[in-house]
Amino acid sequence: MTDPMPQEGGYNFAYLDEATKRMIRRAILKAIAVPGHQVPFGAREMPLPYGWGTGGIQLTASVIGPSDVLKVIDQGADDTTNAVSIRRFFARVAGVRTTTRTAEASVIQTRHRIPEHPLREGQVMVFQVPMPEPLFRLEPRLVETRRLHALGDYSLAQVRLYEEVAKHGECGSAYNHPVLVNQRHLMSPSPIPGFDNPKLHMSPALMLFGAGREKKIYAVPPHTSVVSLDFEDHPFTPRRAPHACAFCGSTESYLDEIVTDDRGGRMFVCSDTDHCATRQEAREAAE
Amino acid sequence: MSPVLVVEGLAKDFTLHLQGGVVLPVLRDAALVLHPGECVALTGPSGAGKSTLMRCIAGNYGADAGRIMLRHRGAMHDLVSADARLLREIRRETLGHVSQFLRVIPRVPALEVVAAPLRARGVAREDALARAAALLERLNLPARLHGLPPATFSGGEQQRVNIARGFIADCPLMLLDEPTASLDPANRAVVIGLIREAKARGAAILGIFHDTEVRDAVADRRHEVAPLEDAA
Amino acid sequence: MSAILEACGLDLRFGAVRALDGVSLDLWPGEVVAIVGESGSGKSTLLRALAGLATPDAGRVLYRDAEGAAHEVHAASEAQRRRLARTDWGFVHQNPRDGLRMGVSAGGNIGERLMAAGARHYGGIRAAAAEWMARVELDPARMDELPRNFSGGMQQRLQIARCLVTGPRLVFMDEPTGGLDVSVQARLLDLIRGLVEELGLAVLFVTHDIAAARLLAHRIIVMRHGAIVEEGPADRVLDDPQHPYTQLLVASVLAA
Repeated sequence: MTDPMPQEGGYNFAYLDEATKRMIRRAILKAIAVPGHQVPFGAREMPLPYGWGTGGIQLTASVIGPSDVLKVIDQGADDTTNAVSIRRFFARVAGVRTTTRTAEASVIQTRHRIPEHPLREGQVMVFQVPMPEPLFRLEPRLVETRRLHALGDYSLAQVRLYEEVAKHGECGSAYNHPVLVNQRHLMSPSPIPGFDNPKLHMSPALMLFGAGREKKIYAVPPHTSVVSLDFEDHPFTPRRAPHACAFCGSTESYLDEIVTDDRGGRMFVCSDTDHCATRQEAREAAE
Repeated sequence: MSPVLVVEGLAKDFTLHLQGGVVLPVLRDAALVLHPGECVALTGPSGAGKSTLMRCIAGNYGADAGRIMLRHRGAMHDLVSADARLLREIRRETLGHVSQFLRVIPRVPALEVVAAPLRARGVAREDALARAAALLERLNLPARLHGLPPATFSGGEQQRVNIARGFIADCPLMLLDEPTASLDPANRAVVIGLIREAKARGAAILGIFHDTEVRDAVADRRHEVAPLEDAA
Repeated sequence: MSAILEACGLDLRFGAVRALDGVSLDLWPGEVVAIVGESGSGKSTLLRALAGLATPDAGRVLYRDAEGAAHEVHAASEAQRRRLARTDWGFVHQNPRDGLRMGVSAGGNIGERLMAAGARHYGGIRAAAAEWMARVELDPARMDELPRNFSGGMQQRLQIARCLVTGPRLVFMDEPTGGLDVSVQARLLDLIRGLVEELGLAVLFVTHDIAAARLLAHRIIVMRHGAIVEEGPADRVLDDPQHPYTQLLVASVLAA
């Protein structure tokens, strides 16, 4: 964990002005009250381009306090450009402590993954969402998708799933597998792998989702049912590459495939860098 | 025995709106009674309104005045005021009509066309098709034609399909409009046989027969339809 | 027995145009009714109003379900109307693009209505889709292909299969054979006729093809300027037309 930096002068705490934070917090409260429902909010211009996490960064700015400890991951890694710059951004404009350890963090902003280490009560997950509407590809008219949500009419999503099974013979292998939240609202879990979907179900942590370009916020409160859509005879099955991590040997974590040369060489390593490092340290300590 | 059909005071005009609204009166005060088991031939000069009278009874033309009382499911119904659903039911169960021309959906095989009235009455498909095949065979329509749509047939062949479709359901009242017009002597004899059998089972038959030989062979009496005085 | 659909005094204006002018009609179970008239006569608007897709300014439409309960179509909530539309009813559009999802496979198109009705067994959905493709004379082996790989007539049959898979009691068709070659039309008419008889459907279809109306319909309704000018048994309306407009309509077609 890093020590708190002195906050950069000239900025309000956590960059956004207090009125904006209040507006976003209201949207968050509403989103928590109606789990899985997309709440519109007045997204601000942020000092990073759309697609780099403008939605997530506004959520983080609105919920973070001076005593929070922030972790930022991108595809599971703490050391990628996007993760590093967002972490450094908050260290500068909020003066908060940052960490790479899942267990130490109170706020975790993420793109495309949920950490392997089980989340606990009091932690807040902030997801960066490119497209919040789970019916988007099937029904391009947003007015119509809103009507479908209001009516709880999700046969279209089931049709998409049907097509997936017809093409690939299974469901759950892809990213962004739609889920039904609190038995009412269909929700896009953001582009996390199907492997992570079960971690949303009844999680003790609060899950917040922010889409900056689409100006939508939605949430899954702690201990809420989150069920992946599937068929009776093709139940949703989370998949991972059938290998052990080349570094830590884990056979349970989600793996990234890395091409090592031009001759077809490849290796599989944990996508969650903190999880992998923790396991490697434990193994070294034991030796 | 109580009649199957009682026509009273029937009037029919045709108003030709496209010809400046000229009105052609065809029937005035037409009356007719038909009993079970009898065959009545409509006679009269061409243009007198024989076909019009028959088509009014068939429900194909609407009458302007009068009554067409018809025995259906044990009760008398007035066809002039019957709605489309009652007319459909009467046509399905009581009233058989062999019109001059066969009108069917393209592509439907002759066998299905003939079996259709039975199917509409709820007869199982195999039974209906078997009976249709037997009837077509009796009318000397070769089996190789049964599976083909009638649109490809000659006039005589189409006429036999039409007759088979009219007779297959054993309706208590049959209307025959020139049933033998384009048939050869052998098939005429088959049709005479069909009409006699229908009479024997108690059906009442109203026919227009230009062929006097057939008419004399089947008709019990003639009903003269006279042209209206002022028709010209 | 009572009517499955009853419309009473429907009025609908588009600006100065009276698209529907006091239209009343009823449809009975198992009955096939054709609405004929030239373009702009209001026949498609009537169909849409009856199916709840357009809201009339005045009048009401009553649908009676299989249990005999009456539903006032335009007073029902949208959720109820949608439920009716995909369980009890079917709507076959003239343009298959309006009735099919062009980006979803043939099997998915047929399966959608089943899934909307709660089906969640993939194998069962596929089996039903295959069965219905066969019934509308499409090769079930092509069920994973997109509709755009199919010809116009095949797309129309696919649309019919999609409508009928949930066993509706009432089907609306808007020019179902419009835009198809004559030979394809005949085949489609034959298919529709067979299915209608076999399933005992009530059908209300709009057409300007008088010959199709004669062959398919039990009853014909003639519309002009948004009003019904004549109606009756199909053969009587065509062989003994009373209204000047119907006479013109019948006289204008070749050998109907």
